[in-house]
Amino acid sequence: MAAELHQRTLSELAAGLEAGDFSSVELTEALLARVADHDGELNAFITVTAEQALAAARAADEARAAGNAGVLGGLPLVHKDIFCTRDVLTTCGSRMLENFVSPYNATVVDRLAGAGAVILGKTNMDEFAMGSSNETSYYGPVRNPWHLEYSPGGSSGGSAAAVAARLAPAATGTDTGGSIRQPAALTGTVGLKPTYGRVSRYGMIAFASSLDQAGVITRSSADAALLLGVMAGFDERDSTSIDHPVPDYTAALSESLDGLRIGVVKQHFDDGLDAATGAAVREALAVLEANGAKLVDVDLPNIDLSVPTYYVVAPAECSSNLSRFDGVRFGHRADNPEDLFDLYCRSRGEGFGAEVKRRIMTGTYALSAGYYDAYYLKAQQVRHLIADDFKSAFEKVDLIAGPTSPTPAFRLGDKVDDPITMYLNDIYTVGANLAGLPGVSTPCGFVDGLPVGLHLVGPHWGEEVLIRCAHNYEQLTDWHRACPEDFS
Amino acid sequence: MSWEVVIGLEIHTQLATQSKIFSGASTAYGAEPNTQACLVDLGYPGVLPVLNEDVVRMAAMFGLAVNASVAPRSVFARKNYFYPDLPKGYQISQYELPIVEHGELFITAADGNEKRIGITRAHLEEDAGKSTHEGLGSFSGIDLNRAGTPLLEIVSEPDLRSAKEAVAYMRKIHSIVRYLGISDGNMQEGSFRCDANVSMRPRGQQEFGTRTELKNLNSFRFVEKAINFEIERQIDVIEDGGEVVQETRLYDANKDETRPMRSKEEANDYRYFPDPDLLPVEIDAAYVEALRETLPELPDAKRHRFIDDYGIRADDADILTASRALGDFYEEVVAATAGEPQGVANFVVGDFMGALNKAGLGIEESPVSAAALAGLLDRIKDQTISGKIAKEVFEAMWSGEGSADEIIAAKGLKQITDSSAIEAIVDKVIEANPGQVAEYKAGKEKLIGYFVGQVMKETGGKANPGQVNQVLKQKLS
Amino acid sequence: MSLDKEQVQQIAVLARLRLDDDEFAETVDKLSRIVDFVDQLSQTDTTGVVPMAHPLDVAQRLRPDVVTEPDDRDHVQENAPSTQDGLYLVPKVIE
Repeated sequence: MAAELHQRTLSELAAGLEAGDFSSVELTEALLARVADHDGELNAFITVTAEQALAAARAADEARAAGNAGVLGGLPLVHKDIFCTRDVLTTCGSRMLENFVSPYNATVVDRLAGAGAVILGKTNMDEFAMGSSNETSYYGPVRNPWHLEYSPGGSSGGSAAAVAARLAPAATGTDTGGSIRQPAALTGTVGLKPTYGRVSRYGMIAFASSLDQAGVITRSSADAALLLGVMAGFDERDSTSIDHPVPDYTAALSESLDGLRIGVVKQHFDDGLDAATGAAVREALAVLEANGAKLVDVDLPNIDLSVPTYYVVAPAECSSNLSRFDGVRFGHRADNPEDLFDLYCRSRGEGFGAEVKRRIMTGTYALSAGYYDAYYLKAQQVRHLIADDFKSAFEKVDLIAGPTSPTPAFRLGDKVDDPITMYLNDIYTVGANLAGLPGVSTPCGFVDGLPVGLHLVGPHWGEEVLIRCAHNYEQLTDWHRACPEDFS
Repeated sequence: MSWEVVIGLEIHTQLATQSKIFSGASTAYGAEPNTQACLVDLGYPGVLPVLNEDVVRMAAMFGLAVNASVAPRSVFARKNYFYPDLPKGYQISQYELPIVEHGELFITAADGNEKRIGITRAHLEEDAGKSTHEGLGSFSGIDLNRAGTPLLEIVSEPDLRSAKEAVAYMRKIHSIVRYLGISDGNMQEGSFRCDANVSMRPRGQQEFGTRTELKNLNSFRFVEKAINFEIERQIDVIEDGGEVVQETRLYDANKDETRPMRSKEEANDYRYFPDPDLLPVEIDAAYVEALRETLPELPDAKRHRFIDDYGIRADDADILTASRALGDFYEEVVAATAGEPQGVANFVVGDFMGALNKAGLGIEESPVSAAALAGLLDRIKDQTISGKIAKEVFEAMWSGEGSADEIIAAKGLKQITDSSAIEAIVDKVIEANPGQVAEYKAGKEKLIGYFVGQVMKETGGKANPGQVNQVLKQKLS
Repeated sequence: MSLDKEQVQQIAVLARLRLDDDEFAETVDKLSRIVDFVDQLSQTDTTGVVPMAHPLDVAQRLRPDVVTEPDDRDHVQENAPSTQDGLYLVPKVIE
C-alpha cells in the first residue's frame, strides 16, 4: 500500500488519512524513503528534516486520534529554502547563509504547521531566488525529473522537481517574476502565485519586496486551493499584507466554465514563442472554449516592456534588500579582514554568487545619482502603464490565458552565459508580478517528452476564478496526472 | 569687511514612544548591549517593518504646534549606505514627501523684537546603533539597542544670524517638544541633538557662502561655542585668501574647536528610493482636526497669558514657561494662595528654583509641593511671617520638617503683631541707645534703620517690620 | 560596451562587492548587455505617468505603540560570526 502513497495528490492523501487508511507516520516514512532514494539524482533538497518530520507526523496522528486533526493534519510538504524555519538551516540557496539557522518561523511556515502539515525538508532554489533555471544555487543545480540533463526551471526549481518526482505531494514556493509558475510549467506541476498582499511575506527572505509573493506548487489545482486557504490572510507583521477576506477556495472547484470570458493576448503568441509550445497552448484554449468558456482577444500594448521593466525594478530593490548581508550579525564573514571596507567587500564578494552580484550591481547602478530618473523612475512609470493595461483588459475578461514559458525545459548550461536569453524566460510571467496579479500554471501537454504549461492570470483577488478555470481544465484533460517514468 | 553668518539647524529629537518606530522592541535607555534589538532592528533576513502609530501622531502634533502643514500623504524611503551601526545597510527615512512641511516659530532676537524662523520640514526616521571602542583591541563593538528608535528630524530655514539666535531657536524647539510630550528632550542620553549648517557672506550680499555642517551637537552650550568657533574659522580662511570647503566637521568640546570628519572611502551616493516594505502614510483632515483639539497650550501662548492675566514681569514669564511642568506648578501655586502672582513668581523663580537646581532635581521630584508652597506664601500674605522668615521656613519645608504652619508653630516664628508687645520692645531699644536717639532727633533720619535692626534682633526677626517702623517713628518724634 | 571598467569598479565599491579579475571582466560585459537591454525603456513616452512603487494602491497600516519583542539576544547571536560581551565585533571604526 505504501508504495503507491507517493502517487496520490494532497487532497487524496487527506481523504486517506481521514479514512484511517494509513497514518501520517507511515506516509512520512514512505516519502522520506523516496527522498533518500531519489534525491541524489535530483538535488531537489538542501536540507531533509527527517527527525522533525516524524515528530510532527506522530503529533498529527495523535491529534487525529483525539479528534483534533487540522485542515492539513499529517500531510507532508516541503518548503522552499527561502522561508525562515526556526532552528533549521535556512540558506536561500546561497553560500552567504551556509550556516544560518533561523531563530524564527516565517508566517507561512507557522500557518501550515498550525494546520498540521508535516515538513519533510527545505528545497533547493536559485540563489536568493535570482534565476530561472536553478543553476545559480550554491548547492548545485536541480535536475528535471522528466529529463535529468534538463533544468527544472527556477527559482523554485527544487520545490517543482520534488513535487513532479513524487518526493512530496506539495511544496511552497515564491514568485518574483515567474519563479513558481515557470518551474511548474517545466516540470508538469501546478504552480499558483497569489495576488500581491494575499500571503504574508514575513519570514520569506526578500528578493524584490514589491514583487515577491509566496505560493504553492502542487499536482492539482484542488491541492493548490486547499493550501492557499491555509496560507492566505492578513499578517500584522507585514505592512504589505492586506486585510482582505479569505474565501473558501475549494468552493470554486465545483463551478463550471460556463460563461467564463478568457482573454487571449496577441503578444503572447508572437515570434518569441516556440511553435510546438504554442500549439499545445492553443489546443488547451480550444478545450476551454469547447467546454463553455468564451475566448476574447485582448491587447496589452506595453507588455513587451515587462521584462526590461522587471530587470530594473527587481535589481533595484534587491540591491538594497541584500545590503544587510554584511558579515556582521549573521551570514558569511571573510577571514582576517584588514578593515571594515575589506570586511564588507570580501564577505559579500565571497558569500554571493555571480548572478546575485550582477543583480545587486545592476540595481545599484539603476538607483545611483544621475541614473535614477532614466532607469528606476522610468521603470516605475512603465510599470504603471503595464498595470493599467491589465486593468483595462479585466474590464472585458475574467482572466487571461496563454503560455507560461516560451519554451519547454532547456538543457542545463544552455542559457547560463547569456543573461538576456535567461531573462526572457520570464516574458509571459513578469507582467503579473509588476501588476500584483494572481497567476497559475497548469500542465497542458508535452513537447519532445517535456511538459508545457498553460498560464492563467486573473485580476486582483481573482484566485477563485483561476482555480475554477484550471481545475475544470484538469478534469477535462489528464496532463497533470502524467508522471516522469523514472519516478513512478 | 563686515561679515554675516547664515545658520540653519537640523535637530534630531527622539520621540517618546514605548516601542521602536518599526518594531515592538523597547526604547528604554541603558539596557545591556543588544538586549533591546529584536530581529527587525537587527535587519534579520525576512523580517519586515510595521509603523508605530504614536510616531505618526507625535509628528503631526509637532506640525500643528509650529503652524506647519501635516502632509495627507508621506512616504518612507531608504537611504542606502554601509556602516556597522546601520544593520540593514539602509536607513528608513522620509525624503521627497516628509510628514511635516512649511512651519515657523518665533524667537526673541538680540534687539528684543520677535523674529520669525522658518521650519522647512520635519520628517520621521529611525536612529542607528552605537559603536564602542574601549577594551576591544583592534575591534569596535556594535550595540544595536538604539537602532530603530524613532526620530523626528526638524530642519530649519537658513534664517538664523548668530550663534545666540541658533540657541534661542533650539531652546524653543526643545520647549515645544517637551510641552507636547512627544520627547523627553534629554540631551545627555542623546534624545535631542543637532547639526548646524554654517556659512559666511559679506553683509548685504544675497547669495549664500559655502557651508560646513557641524555634527552631533548635544548641548545648548556646545551649539553656541561650536558655531562661534566656526564663524571665526571661516572668516580667517576667507580673509587669508582661502576658500571654505564644503565638508562635515565635528565639534571637539575639550579643545573647543571644530575639525573635519575623517573622510569616508568614497563620496556618498545614498540611492534614495521609496521603501517597498512600507506603504504611503495617509493622514486625513479629520484626524488632524481631532489632534488639534488635544494640543496643549504652547510656550508662547502661555507666556503671553502669564504676562496679561497675572501681570508678572516678562523675564519671569520667560522662565516660568520654559517647561510645561514649571508653568503648571506656578499656576497651581497662584490658584492655591492668597499671595500676589508677582510675589509667587519671585519666590518660585528665586528660592524654589534655586533649591531645585542646587539639589539637581526636576520639578516633579520637588520635596515641596505646589500646595505646600502656597501654604507658605499665604503666611507672608497674612503677615504671619515676614519674607525673610519665609526663606527659613522654606528651607525647613525642603528638609521635610513639615508644613509651613507646623514649622512656624514649632519654631515659634510667628510674627509679633501685638502693638503693646512691639511698643515695649521699642521702648527698651530707645532706652538702651540714648546717643543714637539724640543724633536721630538732630536730623540723622537714616538711623531709623539701625533702630529697626535692633528691634528685629530683640525679637529674633519676628516683629512685623511695617509695624516696627511706624511705632519707632511715633516714639522718636 | 555601455559601461566601462571604471564605472563598474565604482558600482562594485558602492555595493561593497569584491570581484576577482576574471569575474570583473565578465561583469563588465554582462552588465553592459543588461544595461543595453533595459535601455529600451527610454523609447517609451511616460510623460505625466505617476511612478508605481506598489502593486496595490493601499495606505500604510499602523501598529499600536506596545512593546511586544522579548530579549532573545543569546539565541540570535548564535548566528553571529564574532561577538564579545553581547556586542557585534567589526574591525575598528575610527571617526
